Amino acid sequence: MQALSIRKLTKVYASGMTALRGIDLDVAEGDFFALLGPNGAGKTTAIGIVTSLVNKTAGKVTVFGHDIDTDLAAAKSCIGVVPQEINLNQWDTVYNCVFNVAGYYGLPREKAKERTEVCLRELQLWDRRGEISRNLSGGMKRRLMIARALVHEPRLLILDEPTAGVDIEIRRSMWDFLRTINEQGTTIILTTHYLEEAENLCRHVGIIDGGRIVENDRMSTVLRSLNQEVFVLSLAESVPDRFQISGFNCITLNEHEIEVEIFGDQSLNQLFAALNDAGIQVSSMRNKSNRLEELFMRLVDRRDKELTEQVADPEVAV
Amino acid sequence: MDMHGQLIALYTIMRKEVVRILRIWLQTIVPPVITMTLYFIIFGNLIGSRVGEMGGFEYMQFMAPGLIMMSVITNSYGNVVSSFFAAKFQGHLQEMLVAPVRSYVIILGHVAGGVIRGLLVGAVVTVVALFFTKLEIKNPFITISMLVLTATVFSLGGMINAIFARKFDDVSIIPSFVLGPLTYLGGVFYTTALLPDFWAKVSALNPILYMVNGFRYGMLGVSDINIVTAYVVVLAFVVLAFATCFYLISRGVGIRE
Repeated sequence: MQALSIRKLTKVYASGMTALRGIDLDVAEGDFFALLGPNGAGKTTAIGIVTSLVNKTAGKVTVFGHDIDTDLAAAKSCIGVVPQEINLNQWDTVYNCVFNVAGYYGLPREKAKERTEVCLRELQLWDRRGEISRNLSGGMKRRLMIARALVHEPRLLILDEPTAGVDIEIRRSMWDFLRTINEQGTTIILTTHYLEEAENLCRHVGIIDGGRIVENDRMSTVLRSLNQEVFVLSLAESVPDRFQISGFNCITLNEHEIEVEIFGDQSLNQLFAALNDAGIQVSSMRNKSNRLEELFMRLVDRRDKELTEQVADPEVAV
Repeated sequence: MDMHGQLIALYTIMRKEVVRILRIWLQTIVPPVITMTLYFIIFGNLIGSRVGEMGGFEYMQFMAPGLIMMSVITNSYGNVVSSFFAAKFQGHLQEMLVAPVRSYVIILGHVAGGVIRGLLVGAVVTVVALFFTKLEIKNPFITISMLVLTATVFSLGGMINAIFARKFDDVSIIPSFVLGPLTYLGGVFYTTALLPDFWAKVSALNPILYMVNGFRYGMLGVSDINIVTAYVVVLAFVVLAFATCFYLISRGVGIRE
């Protein structure tokens, strides 16, 4: 069954701005799905429509088979949402922030108390339950929002940039937690600007840009479509300026570091064989940038180029 | 979510509102009591003693139901407008909007909070009034029902205000420029029998006149307005305000994109 199915979803705001241009998207039950795109691409609008915070202009959305037009309450019951902005009741206690939401989903008192405790313990906030949410650190507020979204045991968890502004240690612990609940069966849709996060966690990826889905496939397939990668090699010994390796594009960064471009028809074995022949020892190696980031930048660059060409050609622009 | 679930959601919203009222009692309960005490001292004791009788009662006795009703109106309105707008402004209203809570449950939960605060302040002001004058309740049913209905109308009014409000200034415009003048001209301090014919007819357009007089009839047994007419007007406003709220919340006006 599809956890989320979107067909020809369109959103035109009252200002006339078109945020979504008839997108189609499917997220399978149990998936960990990354929805990526630059700022203003339409990610938050799409999530807003699914969670009923934004009214759609046209199209169809179903959540676990429940159409949001005809069976909104059932669709809502399946969803937990962690919004981009911190939107906690600042003056409520940590406990009440979660316990009240359990009530909004109709959980009986005892069940609500039990779930509140479970969620706060899982997110390591149980010891802070009596504090007002305003006094929590940024990372704790983010975790509290996740606890709040999970209190009714949703089948689909939507996280809109959940780790924005969170330090690396907390971010990693949140990743572990999200992996665990995904393994337990919760479908997760994640939007993030940290592409390393998406690459680490997600099995499928959809890239949205200018209100259109420009890429939607398995993460591994998408990453394989990269036909060029750039590696930075640290060398054990110094190399001369303008050092070159036969058959590869190479830039000398400094006397101990070089940057090498590898295309789809080349392999790392070939590179290391060439380095071996030249008597050069490599002490470490890393990607110049995250692979998903590389792909993402190319897609965005391609879009910018197309837009420039459209403007240059007045007939197309009209 | 079934009806039992909706009732749990309703209770949750009510509980949240009551917790808020009690948490900030220095803002929600104390100021109206101080204001009303000053009214009793200045208008009742000092000026009222020179006014003499009104409507067949000592001026202080005549004025007391009006002041109680005035505190109920301002507090029920103020509670919902500030609570709902704060939820909208801080964003935590979204907790309810993304949950399967029906629109009417969101409305009833907040209105219940407004009514509870209105009645709470009204009860404390009544106790204060007893220090200044003798009060009897002629008809408890009319007295209580008129209080609850009036608090309901103004809680709904507060909600409509909060739905349209975009900034904190918008929350105070209606109380300052509409609610205040209508309350002062709604027969709190005088009987319309004192007014010239023309102004008495103009006063008949003021809905608060019906509420104050309905309540005064319940307490003292006197009113400028027929009690049936008062009920009809108040009930009509309850239905109108609820229908407006329901339409706005269901359509997402002011709360959804």
